[in-house]
Amino acid sequence: MPHPFAGRNIGSMPGGIPPLSRRTMIKGLLGAAGLAAAAPAIAACGGGSGSASSATDTKLVTFGSNGSDPVPKKAYAATLSAFTKSSGDQVKVNTVDHDTFQNTISTYLQGTPDDVFTWFAGYRMQFFAAKGLAHPIDDVWAKIGGNFSDATKALAKGTDGHYYFVPIYNYPWGVFYRKSLFAAKGYQVPTTWDDFMTLAAKMKSDGLVPFSFGYGQGDSWVPLGTFDYLNMRINGYQFHMDLMHGKESWTDQKVNDVLGHYSQLLPFTQEGAAGRKWEDAAQALIAKQTGMFTLGLFVAQQFTSAADLADLDFFAFPEINPDNGQTAVEAPTDGFMVSSKPKNLAGAVKLMEFLGSAAAENSYLAIDSANVAVNSQADTSKYNTLQTKAKQFISQAKNLSQFGDRDSDPGFISNVVEPALAKWLDNPSSTKSTLSTIESQKSQYFTS
Amino acid sequence: MTSTVDQQETQQRTRRDRSRRVRRLSRRDKIVLALMVGIPTLAHLVLVWVPTIASVVLSFTDWNGIGLDSIKFVGLKNYEQLFTNYPAFWPALEHNFLWLAFFLVIPTPFGIFLAYQLNKQIRGSRFYQTAIFLPMVISLAVVGFIWEIIYNPDTGLINGVLGTNVPGHYIDWLGNPKLNLWAVLVAASWRHAAYIMVLYLAGLKGMDPALPEAAAIDGASEWQAFTRVTFPSMKPINIIVAVVTVIESLRAFDLVYVMGGNNGTKPGLELLSLLITNNILGESPRIGFGSAIAVVLLVISLIVIIPYLVQTFRKERVR
Repeated sequence: MPHPFAGRNIGSMPGGIPPLSRRTMIKGLLGAAGLAAAAPAIAACGGGSGSASSATDTKLVTFGSNGSDPVPKKAYAATLSAFTKSSGDQVKVNTVDHDTFQNTISTYLQGTPDDVFTWFAGYRMQFFAAKGLAHPIDDVWAKIGGNFSDATKALAKGTDGHYYFVPIYNYPWGVFYRKSLFAAKGYQVPTTWDDFMTLAAKMKSDGLVPFSFGYGQGDSWVPLGTFDYLNMRINGYQFHMDLMHGKESWTDQKVNDVLGHYSQLLPFTQEGAAGRKWEDAAQALIAKQTGMFTLGLFVAQQFTSAADLADLDFFAFPEINPDNGQTAVEAPTDGFMVSSKPKNLAGAVKLMEFLGSAAAENSYLAIDSANVAVNSQADTSKYNTLQTKAKQFISQAKNLSQFGDRDSDPGFISNVVEPALAKWLDNPSSTKSTLSTIESQKSQYFTS
Repeated sequence: MTSTVDQQETQQRTRRDRSRRVRRLSRRDKIVLALMVGIPTLAHLVLVWVPTIASVVLSFTDWNGIGLDSIKFVGLKNYEQLFTNYPAFWPALEHNFLWLAFFLVIPTPFGIFLAYQLNKQIRGSRFYQTAIFLPMVISLAVVGFIWEIIYNPDTGLINGVLGTNVPGHYIDWLGNPKLNLWAVLVAASWRHAAYIMVLYLAGLKGMDPALPEAAAIDGASEWQAFTRVTFPSMKPINIIVAVVTVIESLRAFDLVYVMGGNNGTKPGLELLSLLITNNILGESPRIGFGSAIAVVLLVISLIVIIPYLVQTFRKERVR
C-alpha cells in the first residue's frame, strides 16, 4: 500500500473524528479489493479507466479531488465557486475517496484524468512530473511567484527545474505539550538534546510518561516524524533529502547515529505503542499522563474542548548538531497539479493562477482551520494562537521537508522503511541488521 | 465385475444416443447452445485465465504500472529477490500455514461441536443458532473493528479487565509481534466457527436420525456414535468443511488489513495476500514483484485444490 496517512488531508476532520475514519477505511477497503481483482485487467488495457468527463465547452475545467472528507470537500467547493464567480468559468469536480485516489493515481493519470487534480509537494510530485504525467506550469508561477517564499518555490519544482505544483496549505511537525503542565511543574522548553533528555528524565521521576507514542494499526508512519527530525538535526537537511532520494547509504554511520539517538528516547516513550493509534496517544497527552508528543499540527483535532486546545503548544525539535541548528522544519504541503494533456489547458492555467492567489487560500482556510496558508499574502487575522505560531514557525524555516513518505518513494517507505523501523522499535539492539536490510532493498525502488 | 461392464456398455450407448441427437439439432438450437456455452466460456477466460496468465507473465517482469512500454523482462529476478531479500516473505508464508493449521485444529472442530450440540432438541436451539451465527453476518472489516476495540491497549476490554493498561504492565495485543497473530486468529476463529457450525448443522439436519439412534440402541456411547456413524456418514459435508477451511486460511486478508493496518506490513502480521496488495497497489507499484508473490500463493492454492478436484472428478466418472 502506498502511504495514505501523512498525505491525508489531516486537518480536515471535525474534532474528535480520526482522519482515518472507519467509513473511509471501509471504502478504501472496497476500492482496494476491487482494484486487486482488476489489477491484471488494468495492466492489459493500459489506460482505459479514469473519469471520462467531456469538457467540450471550453469554459469548463475539470477538477479531480481527493478531498472526500466533509471539511475539505466543503472547503474545495467554496474555493472553486469563488473561482467561478471571479472568472465565469465552470468547474466540474470529481471527488474520489482520499485513500483510493492515492492508490489509483498512476492509472488515473494515464487514463483520462481531470484537467487539474489535488496532490502533494516533494518527491511524490516530482515522481509523476518526471514520468511525464503532469503539465509544466511555469507561466502560472510567473504570475503568482511573488506570493510564495523561496522554500515553497523549491517545493513546487520538478527535478527538471520547471514548476509543476501550486501549494495551498501546509502544517508543521513539532513537539507538542500542554502549557499548564509545564507551568505547574516548572518545566522549561528544551532547545538542545541534553536539555531534552534531562527534561524527559525529570518527567519520568515526576511520575509522568515523558513521550506519547503510538504507531499501531495503520499508523506506522508516526515513528518517521521523529526519525526525520533526528536525521535533519544530526546530519542536516541535505543529507536527509539525499537519504530519502536513495542517494545516500542507509548503512552510513550517520544513519546509525540517528537510530542511536532514537534509542535514547525509547525508555521515555509510552509502552504498548506498537498497538496504539496516534489518536489514543494524543488522549494521554490531553489527560496529562504524558508530557510531550512529537507529531503534526493535526494532533490539535483530538483536543476537542476549547480550554484544552488553548492550552496546547509546541516547540521545535531540539538542536543536536550546532551546525544544523533548528533550521529545518517538517511541513507537509498539499496543493494542485495539471495533468499532462488537459482538455482545457487555458482554463486549467487560469484555475491554477486563481488557486495560487490569496483569495483562494482565504476561502479554503475559512472552512478548514486545521492547516495554515502557504501564500504569504493570505489573511491570517482569523487564525487561532496555534495556527499563528505554526505560520510563524514555518516562515522562519530555512528548509522545509515534507515527510518521510512524501520526500521519498512511497512504496519504499511503506514496504521497506516503515516495517523495518517497526521491527527495530521492538528490538532496538538490531540497528546494524535493520539498516543493512533497508539498504539491500533500496535498489529495488531507486534505479539510478 | 459384471456390473462395471454393464455400466460401461450403458455409458457407450448413451454417448451414441447423444451424438445422434446432436446431429438433429435445429439451427436455432445451435445458436442457443453456442450462446449458453460461449458466454460462460468467454467470461471464464476473461475473468479467470487471462488474469492468471497475465500474473504469471508479469511475475517475470519489472513494471511500475506507468505505460505498457515500461514493462521490462527480468527473468527470475523477482523470485530471487522474493526468496533472498524480502524480509516479510518467509514470515508471511509461515503465518499463512500457521493460520491454516490453527483453523484446522481449533475453530473447525469447535464449529462441528457446536453444530452437533445444537442439532439435539435443546430448548432455545434457534436462539443459540442465531447468536452463534451472528459474526458470520457481519462483514470481516467490521469484525476487525470490534476486536480492535477489545484489544485496544489503553481502553480495550481485555486490558481493562486484566488491569494491564498501566505503565509497566502493558500487554500490547496487536502490537507485540509475538502476540498479535494469535490475537487476530482468535478474532478470525470467532467468525470461522460460526461458518462451520452452519455448514455442519445443515448437513446434520439432512441426515437420517435413525442412524445414530440405531447405534445408540446397539449400545454405542455418544462419542462412538459420532465418530463411527455420524461423522463418516457426513462425508460430503466434511469435504466441504475442509475445503472452506483451507480457502478461508489462504485468502485471509481483511481482518489483518483492518487490525494490523493497511500501510505496509506489521511485524508479526505478515500474510501473502497483504504482501501482494502492498506491492501491486499504490503510487509506486512493483507489479512484477507483487505478481511473483501472487504466483507463489497460486501454487500453494493449487497444491491444495488439485487433489480435491481430482478426487471429486474421479468419483463422478465412476458414478
